[in-house]
Amino acid sequence: MSNLINFAFKKAKQESRPALLTYIVAGDNSKKNSLKILKSISKYTDILELGVPHNALVADGNQIQTSAYRAIKNGIKLKDIFYIVKEFKKREHLKPIILMGYYNMVYQYGENRFLSMCKKVGVDGLILVDLPWPENKAFANKCKKKSIYFIQLLSPTTTKKRLKKIINDSHPMNYFISMLSTTGGKLKTSPREILMNYNKIKKINSRINTVIGFGITEKTIKSLKKADGLVVGSAICKEITNSIKKRQNPVINVTNVVRRLKNKIK
Amino acid sequence: MKLKKKIPVIDQADKLGFWGGKFGGNFCAETLKKPIEDLEMLFNKLKNNKNFINERDKYFKDWIGVPTRLIKLNNLTKHVGGAQIWSKVVSDANGGAHKIYNATVHCLLAKKAGKKFIIGDTGAGYAGKMLSMSAKKFGLKCKIFMGAKDIKRQQPNVKAIKKNGAQVIPVYSGSQTLVDAVSECMRYWVANCDTTHMAVGSTVGPSIFVRICGWSTSQISRELYIQLQNEFGSIPKKLKLYNCVGGGSSSFGFWNEFMDYDKKQVEFIGVEAGGPAKSKKHAAPLTYGSKIGILHGAAQYVNQNNDGQIEETESISAGLDYPGVSPLHCFLKDVKRARYTAATDEDALKAFKLVTKYENLRPSLEPSHAFSVAINDAKKLSKNTIVVVNSCGDAYKDKAILEKKLGKKYVKFN
Repeated sequence: MSNLINFAFKKAKQESRPALLTYIVAGDNSKKNSLKILKSISKYTDILELGVPHNALVADGNQIQTSAYRAIKNGIKLKDIFYIVKEFKKREHLKPIILMGYYNMVYQYGENRFLSMCKKVGVDGLILVDLPWPENKAFANKCKKKSIYFIQLLSPTTTKKRLKKIINDSHPMNYFISMLSTTGGKLKTSPREILMNYNKIKKINSRINTVIGFGITEKTIKSLKKADGLVVGSAICKEITNSIKKRQNPVINVTNVVRRLKNKIK
Repeated sequence: MKLKKKIPVIDQADKLGFWGGKFGGNFCAETLKKPIEDLEMLFNKLKNNKNFINERDKYFKDWIGVPTRLIKLNNLTKHVGGAQIWSKVVSDANGGAHKIYNATVHCLLAKKAGKKFIIGDTGAGYAGKMLSMSAKKFGLKCKIFMGAKDIKRQQPNVKAIKKNGAQVIPVYSGSQTLVDAVSECMRYWVANCDTTHMAVGSTVGPSIFVRICGWSTSQISRELYIQLQNEFGSIPKKLKLYNCVGGGSSSFGFWNEFMDYDKKQVEFIGVEAGGPAKSKKHAAPLTYGSKIGILHGAAQYVNQNNDGQIEETESISAGLDYPGVSPLHCFLKDVKRARYTAATDEDALKAFKLVTKYENLRPSLEPSHAFSVAINDAKKLSKNTIVVVNSCGDAYKDKAILEKKLGKKYVKFN
């Protein structure tokens, strides 16, 4: 199962750096701006994560929650999110996009219909925060048939026995949660410890590209450079919130943040 | 989908935690898999352990003050004319509501797990009040998550929580009610699950929390079973058990012991919150045919839009103001063991007036919903039919709302 996500990791490795993954919530702060932000940051980002907002989120922190509520209030619907991806891919058809959200969105849309739409508009991967292993097995298989990566989350609380089982059923990319936290928490675990846990995971299967997320900001990103990839989400959502407060252009401000992030891991 | 006999309903879920193959489950963040599994192992071990059951019973008896009374409402029966109306006065329990059973058991479990902190959600404030009381009793530090709207409308309970030394965390997101409090509480647990025990306040959440809560509140029907036999010599030939349903913890506990009876003999009637008569919003997913969705870690019937966003609810009673409902009730509905209906805000207020006029009983707005339907049904039922309503909470917490809606003369509080 090869897809654009693999090429993105390969390219980053050739440049001896981790891949940069950025997360924004679709529709934050408008449908138009989401598309503009994606287009603008894709110059620096290797893999784009696009959040599907939900109003009963149980694993996200304040920043992403604020973004999600803002997007829902602006009336964003799944069909708009697929539209954003489609429009983006028209120009940047080689840049991988991952949709990230909660299972109820998929469940209501219908698993098969959802995956068909993903395939049609060019989604490369999916992260469903509340569909852990083994509950995710059947859906992950459906993704595989469409060559869409189902990206699983691994946590510091995941036992070794469980890690092995999850990794055994993994697609070529996994996501390691750096610490016990919701998204956007302050990094309370030392980078050394995070990398130690990370290496345990890589030892089980080194070929699976594993990214680290949660608590990664301009300040902390450099310390985790050894990972295959690093995800920044809340710091970007926060920038959008601040831009709105200051009546500045979120597209420009977010792009600046992402450029600086990229420079730190070059 | 079938309800099995002789197996407790809480133990009828499959390996992945689904009742009837589709309600419940564990739709949670990976981080919570391990703490949930640990809690499952602990609970499965303890729930059949004689010492633990003795310990629970000791606290239930000496501290909660079980059994709560079963009383006949003679005046109300006479006024209504029809079936005999009885009430199980669960609000007799220490703290004034059924939430004390679940709170006590969670604190016992937290102690066994060696946790020093405990967190919980609350709507009407009873779950929070009881958890803070129990936490104090068991020496645990406690945080209660409560929607800002509920903090405003349930002040007496908020004050009680603070008095017990617990911290009240106001939740300003979304509708600022129970649904958001539960989300916020779960988020906090994700970040602090290594030191902190979470007590979900009702039979909702990932399946282990549904089971613990159902196991705890079943105390109500264990007592009722004995009390009915003492009163009538055997379980009455025509028995109807009315209970309000929000998350569904008191109703499940009120029915559990009678599960294996034929519904022609022992009927279960769950009353959801229909909201204001003029509003389209409600908190009655079972009555109004909401679709199955995922909320707070479990698949259930839940009010939502086509895109899967959870819809805002509206009800005068904070304790019933929840868009979803326990997987246990979804299961009992689909296997047709229980029947569900709704009462409006206005119905509940009318029933409160009637009950307090004729009886020395002061049901909170939640059980007033159940009284409303029970009174209406009782008119049409024969004299040998026994109607029992679970008066699962006391109305003291509703003082401000009742005074505003009914005027001060209706509402005498000591």
